[in-house]
Amino acid sequence: MRRSVSIASLAAALVFGVGALSAGPKSFVVSAQQKPETMEVKIDNFSFGPATLTVPVGTTVTWTNRDDIPHTVVSTDGVFKSKVLDTDEKFSFTFSKAGTFPYFCSIHPKMTGKVVVQ
Amino acid sequence: MAGKGRDEILHDHNHDGIDRRGFLKCMAWAGTGAFCVIQGGVLKSYSLSRLPELGPKETRGELSFVQISDSHMGFNKPANPDVAGTLKAAVDKVNALPVAPEFMLHTGDISHLSKPEEFDTVDQILKSAKPKDVFYVPGEHDVLNDDGKQFLERYGKGSKGAGWYSFDKSGVRFIGLVNVMNLKAGGLGTLGHEQLEWLEDNVKHLKHSTPIVVFAHIPLWSVYPEWGWGTEDSAQALGYLKKFGSVTVLNGHIHQTMQKVEGNVTFHTAASTAFPQPQPGKADSPGPMKVPAEQLKSVLGITDVNYVQGQHALAVVDSTLA
Repeated sequence: MRRSVSIASLAAALVFGVGALSAGPKSFVVSAQQKPETMEVKIDNFSFGPATLTVPVGTTVTWTNRDDIPHTVVSTDGVFKSKVLDTDEKFSFTFSKAGTFPYFCSIHPKMTGKVVVQ
Repeated sequence: MAGKGRDEILHDHNHDGIDRRGFLKCMAWAGTGAFCVIQGGVLKSYSLSRLPELGPKETRGELSFVQISDSHMGFNKPANPDVAGTLKAAVDKVNALPVAPEFMLHTGDISHLSKPEEFDTVDQILKSAKPKDVFYVPGEHDVLNDDGKQFLERYGKGSKGAGWYSFDKSGVRFIGLVNVMNLKAGGLGTLGHEQLEWLEDNVKHLKHSTPIVVFAHIPLWSVYPEWGWGTEDSAQALGYLKKFGSVTVLNGHIHQTMQKVEGNVTFHTAASTAFPQPQPGKADSPGPMKVPAEQLKSVLGITDVNYVQGQHALAVVDSTLA
């Protein structure tokens, strides 16, 4: 008797798993229980795009330098700081707390952006 | 076609040596080079094509030195896949000058990514230059990742703070300043309180007749703040130099020649030996400008400076590598 219950719950778990998968990637954003989302910021023409990125808590943001000139991604408040990124190099940071995180390129400080974590 | 007057300042209404048309013309010369004579704070400039018409008075002096800038060793993108080759060409140009310069100033961005091997390559190439002494100030590309520690170890002997210093040659006070450290979000180049205090003290007891040459990487005048081409606290620095009859400010960073005169101060930026950048606002960003390979050397260059004692004059000559 005990054995059939555990099999039933296992079956239920499988069904739930399949259901979650078939719901498509959008459901992952909605549910805080799911694997964290990754978002991209592209560096083009001495600017961060998008300049303001709004993401849920737990999101990993990846910056990619697509310029012919090196850039950095440095948090104005000292929360994160990349090494220098040459062409096509990337930097990632996972935002585990809510808040607004302004950042800039420490080589070209006119380049600024922010990540809003909700 | 270049009749007399075409290439020199004619419209100096305010008698301050600044002529808008002449200034813009100087800007347009980026790539062809300019010869400039500064007398009592007034700039006379000629296109390089007129050099043969000028007498030895303008091209000789008690002191001559060369400014090179922005070698960006390690850069290998389409704008110039051979920055070592063009630096060598710059050295050849220096070695071919009729009067061997006494020394060289390098106004920063020696390396592209602050890698030891990039600095090593530049050091090796500059060894073949006739002038043996080279005085450096860092560019932002020379102080990546380590707050300038490596730069100071290599080039900063005897300097103060982040690498500022002064020295005297033939009665001229040369002052190397650092404005690429601790840059703030949204801001421009910065000298900082400590360096400004040092500068004030450095020139306090000098005679007003002492010619001053200041060199730093980012322009100490507002070339184009939208692209970060300026220095936040440069006005304070220049304030300490107001009393002097002849002040020449030499910068790099913008990879093109540009000049202007403000009272007793002549500002000049040097071409890069590596790759050109667009004129202010003429492109989406100040990124490297790709020009046809056969034109590249015409937009790279060196700057030769002559000081004639008693004339309060420094003659600034830009030469392309072409």
